[in-house]
Amino acid sequence: MLDRRLIMNFDWTLLSTVVIISALGVFNLYSSTYPHTGEGTPLYLKQIFWLVLGMGFMILTLAFDYRTFIRYAYLFLLFCLLLLFLVMIFGRVTSGSQRWLPLGFFSFQPSEITKIALILSLTRFFTREDNFHGYRLRDLLIPFLFLGVPVFLVFKQPDLGTVVLLFLIFVSILAFIGLHPRAWITLGIGWAALTPLIWYFLKDYQKKRLLTFLNPDLDPLKTGYHIIQSKIAVGSGTFFGKGFLKGTQSQLHFLPEQHTDFIFSVLAEEWGFGGCFILLLLMLFLISKGVKIAHTSKDQAGALLAIGLSAMLFWQTFINIGMVIGLVPVVGVPLPLLSYGGTSAITTLVGIGILMNISMRRFMLAR
Amino acid sequence: MNWRWDNNGNQETNSAFFYANIALIIAFALILSRLWYLQIIKGEHFKSLSENNRIRIQEIAAPRGIVYDREGIPLVDSFPSFDVSLFRQDVRDLQALIPVLSRSLSLNPEKLQVKLTGGKASPSAHPVKLKGDISREELAKVETRRFDLPGVMVDMVIRRNYPFGHLAAHLIGYLGEINPQELEQEEYFNHKMGDLIGKFGIEQKFEFDLRGENGGRQIEVNALGRKVRILGQVEPNPGNNLFLTLDLELQKAAENAMEGKRGALVAMSPQNGDLLAMVSKPDFNPNFLARGISPENWRNILGNPLRPLQNRATQGQYPPGSVYKIITAIAALEEKIITPETVFSCAGSFPFGSRDYLCWKKEGHGRVNLRRAIVESCDIYFYNLGLRLGVDRLAKYAIGLGLGKITGFPLDHEKPGLVPTSSWKWKRFGIPWQGGENLSIAIGQGFNLVTPLQVACTISALANGGRFHRPRLIQSIKAPHGETLKEFPPQSEKILPLSFSTTEIIREALWGVVNSPGGTGGKARIDGFDVAGKTGTAQVVQRREGRNEPSSPEQDDHAWFACFAPATNPQIVVVVLLEHGGHGGATAAPVARKVLESFYLRNKAKPPSYLQMAHRSSVYLPGER
Repeated sequence: MLDRRLIMNFDWTLLSTVVIISALGVFNLYSSTYPHTGEGTPLYLKQIFWLVLGMGFMILTLAFDYRTFIRYAYLFLLFCLLLLFLVMIFGRVTSGSQRWLPLGFFSFQPSEITKIALILSLTRFFTREDNFHGYRLRDLLIPFLFLGVPVFLVFKQPDLGTVVLLFLIFVSILAFIGLHPRAWITLGIGWAALTPLIWYFLKDYQKKRLLTFLNPDLDPLKTGYHIIQSKIAVGSGTFFGKGFLKGTQSQLHFLPEQHTDFIFSVLAEEWGFGGCFILLLLMLFLISKGVKIAHTSKDQAGALLAIGLSAMLFWQTFINIGMVIGLVPVVGVPLPLLSYGGTSAITTLVGIGILMNISMRRFMLAR
Repeated sequence: MNWRWDNNGNQETNSAFFYANIALIIAFALILSRLWYLQIIKGEHFKSLSENNRIRIQEIAAPRGIVYDREGIPLVDSFPSFDVSLFRQDVRDLQALIPVLSRSLSLNPEKLQVKLTGGKASPSAHPVKLKGDISREELAKVETRRFDLPGVMVDMVIRRNYPFGHLAAHLIGYLGEINPQELEQEEYFNHKMGDLIGKFGIEQKFEFDLRGENGGRQIEVNALGRKVRILGQVEPNPGNNLFLTLDLELQKAAENAMEGKRGALVAMSPQNGDLLAMVSKPDFNPNFLARGISPENWRNILGNPLRPLQNRATQGQYPPGSVYKIITAIAALEEKIITPETVFSCAGSFPFGSRDYLCWKKEGHGRVNLRRAIVESCDIYFYNLGLRLGVDRLAKYAIGLGLGKITGFPLDHEKPGLVPTSSWKWKRFGIPWQGGENLSIAIGQGFNLVTPLQVACTISALANGGRFHRPRLIQSIKAPHGETLKEFPPQSEKILPLSFSTTEIIREALWGVVNSPGGTGGKARIDGFDVAGKTGTAQVVQRREGRNEPSSPEQDDHAWFACFAPATNPQIVVVVLLEHGGHGGATAAPVARKVLESFYLRNKAKPPSYLQMAHRSSVYLPGER
């Protein structure tokens, strides 16, 4: 299956970028959870384990042609829905939401891999046939089902961050394949009509977060406090940062969830604008590499898949950092390769593995 | 922006990728410019804010709701006290501070050490409470040493006070610090260590209504940890107020009447089931419990053989004694076993089986009809009824009148009492019901158990002509600004329908108990206020023949008196039980009299309202419930 050409075409720069970002992430995690006095294995060691495991999976995905994944996309999505359903029944509850399936030694978060299942399913759907006139709304019934069912299940958990991500990935793919102009207009009107309804279904704390984002003074004790503290952490990094393990905000644990959703603030405080700039460049490189892979892909399926995965990486990065620096409302979205979390690390690396896969096979003849 | 794939990559395809890259660059530029703004332009500002992070969060406790009596008099209030807490990140040298703190606040230095260094890492912006409710001397010490005590803050907190001390302590309950087990429970997820929560009675049952919602403020402090200015504040939401059915004046009279006794007293309105007074003795002073009781005092309360925490009115189950004769009489009349004129002869003893069942009056009552049997509490008359009724027919009336099951008292742990039946005995002991037991239960001995509250409800149903009211303690919950949030309207339940003539006969006989010559309840008589009642003397241990004197006070009989007044238009029901009080007529009746008198003297002045007049006409409607 693996012939020599594939190995020759392996994208070493992409791999190095991933390794560098992951290494930065581990150092940063080391600092954010310092001192490691708690019981059990320190989080940064666990994260190394997840990253290594994730890279194993990444290499494993290279062994199969990405078209095989697309072929089984619907089955995979169904499997994810089943897992999400199980979460509703057996899930582990932490701080009011039910997102994890307890699997003995670790807790698995099905909503993470659902993102990849959605991308694969949409790819499969939109490469069925060529559509020269742009998709109309009536053609989109099934894609909306692909989005709607998981969104409903994830919303129930509730995990607003993943809901927003699934939605943005979906819209990005639609934008890329191009819709009939009338379809866009109808969607826009539909969205405007739906917004009040969605507001109605949001939990009180979620509404509060959105309102607090618009006006942090509304809740200076909880969410507003997080935003203010996070901004202080980021801003106080100035140009050069305070240095490794020297961030006063992070070392005194002023920040909530500073090893997961707010990990970027630790980096910004300790490494300053310079550090952030380097990380952002690496991220930009990673994502634009994804777009480039889409561009050079030999078939429609590969291009669409690469675009979907790049969109996933992009939106996660943008929303996470945007939330930390007060550009977007606080919704819980992990920063790829930097936030602590096993499922998130593995999902991100498998996604990048598929990108490499497409890149490697760009010289193969289309079937 | 139609897109289609083409192996050569046409113009349209390229434009899609071009836009994707443009969008990427714009997004990243946006992030970078925001970072530039935060880190470079405002960087120094944020840096100085973070130097010694000057933002603190201070909690503002919500005032707890007040509990009022039926006239709107507060039964609880509050007083200001001072708590000392510490903001850890303002402390430069914790080890040097600990001895100073332990001296000023007389705290154990080891425990202080653990409190400040151990435990899970709570956010540094939140203070650690060192000691609550400090004395004036400690306050003075801390205030004068402020500059040696960086990060130490003194907060004024409002604490719960029970101005009437032990009055209605079992109903109102008390507050205590939340314990780790309670913190684990789902319902307390909003609470945190050190919070005071209701631990008993209304304080516990209505914790979430009374509690309110704490507010807080975000403050900026200077290098010494002193407040410079308030950055943001969330006002606390005061708790909701509770309005009880209790009548403070009557409760006071009841408490006084029961002073030094052991037992329970219930006063309720037969018109709607409102509990006007409820006393259980011995009791406790909630103020001692609320202010942090010492472990040994707590052990004294828990280990007290008299169990002061038990509310005897709802949780004490006692043999009803002769009070039960009311039930037996009703059953016999309704089952048409007797008419009011039926006469039995009492010679002081009643041979049945192999033994003699005695009347309390050794020389006997002679020939007695129903009225005299009730008035003079003749046991032999009721042995005859018990024999003819049998256990199961009697049980039907006892249960129908509200015994043997909980009344629906709103606080926890109400006991159901016991109405024995033959099948119950078979299930419980595997022995068939004995004929002789029919005699004992007819006079309220044997297996029967009732709570004073149950007796009050049953008497009140009899007094009002057949409506069983659930005992009502809470009238309503009102928001601090007065809006009614929840009402607890009186609730009536179906009871066994009694014929008009039966209730009339019984009520007249009960009036006789107090007012006729030879009646056992004469000590409850009040001129101008027609009291009707029944005495009861419940044997604690079965006495052998010929040994009438109890050997120790612990084996003394329980004394009962259950009454209502005025007999023709009842406005109040009073039930008194004195544990080992001796003779009901001699000891319990005078206690009830004091309460009735207080009620009468206060209500005499008031003319009857139209509501009461309207009520009067409806009281005697037969068949109504």
